[in-house]
Amino acid sequence: MHVLSGDLVLKIGIAGTLESNDCIITVTESSNLIVEVKSVVYDFFGEHIENYIKTILKELKINKIKVICEDKGALDYTIKARLITAIKRMEENK
Amino acid sequence: MRRSLLFIPSNNPGMLESSNLFGSDSVIFDLEDSVNVSEKDNSRNLLNSFLKTKDKLNLEVIVRINASDTPFYNADLAVVVSDKIDTIMLPKASAITLSKLDEDLSKIEKEKKLTKKINVLPIIELASSLIEVNEIAKLPRVNGLLLGGEDLSSDLEVVRTPEGLEILYARMMVVTAAKANKIDAIDTPFTDVLNNEKLKEECKLVKGIGMNAKACIHPNQVEIVNEVFSPTLKEINWAKKVLIAKEEAEKKNLGVFSLDGKMVDKPIILRAEKILAKAKKFKII
Repeated sequence: MHVLSGDLVLKIGIAGTLESNDCIITVTESSNLIVEVKSVVYDFFGEHIENYIKTILKELKINKIKVICEDKGALDYTIKARLITAIKRMEENK
Repeated sequence: MRRSLLFIPSNNPGMLESSNLFGSDSVIFDLEDSVNVSEKDNSRNLLNSFLKTKDKLNLEVIVRINASDTPFYNADLAVVVSDKIDTIMLPKASAITLSKLDEDLSKIEKEKKLTKKINVLPIIELASSLIEVNEIAKLPRVNGLLLGGEDLSSDLEVVRTPEGLEILYARMMVVTAAKANKIDAIDTPFTDVLNNEKLKEECKLVKGIGMNAKACIHPNQVEIVNEVFSPTLKEINWAKKVLIAKEEAEKKNLGVFSLDGKMVDKPIILRAEKILAKAKKFKII
């Protein structure tokens, strides 16, 4: 999938659902690292989710990407799986 | 030795998280029919990520992969085969596809340095598989046979009925092949999840013809399936009496003896031993 951003055509990858215990991760190409988290439990876990996503990206050696996580109470392993799938889907669009 | 095997869709984090709480003997994480084609990668990654976080689920972990003639088969195996699983369930199984699966698993076990050998549970759901079911039951790794009643009916061009006469022959074939090779005979799931009364009737019917277990497609089915496929207290008490009488007979050097006016010989003793082994395994005694 591709999205238009100004004159640029950006690759995008999406994975997950908005069911409870799940999350939707949307990743797009970016010139720097941006992580945005929207969560039903943001006050308690927002910072943890953001840091966890950054940790996984570091493991994957990715430092230029935009990640949006819409969280419905997902545990860490779900966030990780959805992020990895979204990135793979984005790469397959290249 | 199993009674109940519960299907869990692998793309549902909530179901994965509670998969070991429903009391089934085995859990079948499904990558096949319950997962949309566009979500195969997502569910495979989620299941892999989930299993990595779990030390032990305290029940048999089975993964139903996609059939070997689909584009998902290789990726399913590459991602999910690990020490965290016990068994691979293969849809549309045949002697040829199972031999290929054996080779593929051996290769992955070696590459990943697994500490265990993965078992295989084939689904008998094609008329051609039914014809060769005894050959399938003899293959390496195969430790049970699951009858897939819905797909088999489609292949046989028959309509499924509540009575199940159309798959009676298939059930008998699966039971006979399983028993001849000392592995589990597992019955097809009961698809009407709102009718537990009929589920119980069907469990009693298939237990009566030799099935050991039944697959479940809803957590509410597990309790009934476990109840029917467990030895009853009456059976357990009878088995205990047989084995006590056997010990007495052995002291008297008797090969055959009588209990409550009925002759007891080797097949009866074996049956009593199986009942007590099941009762112990399922923590009834």
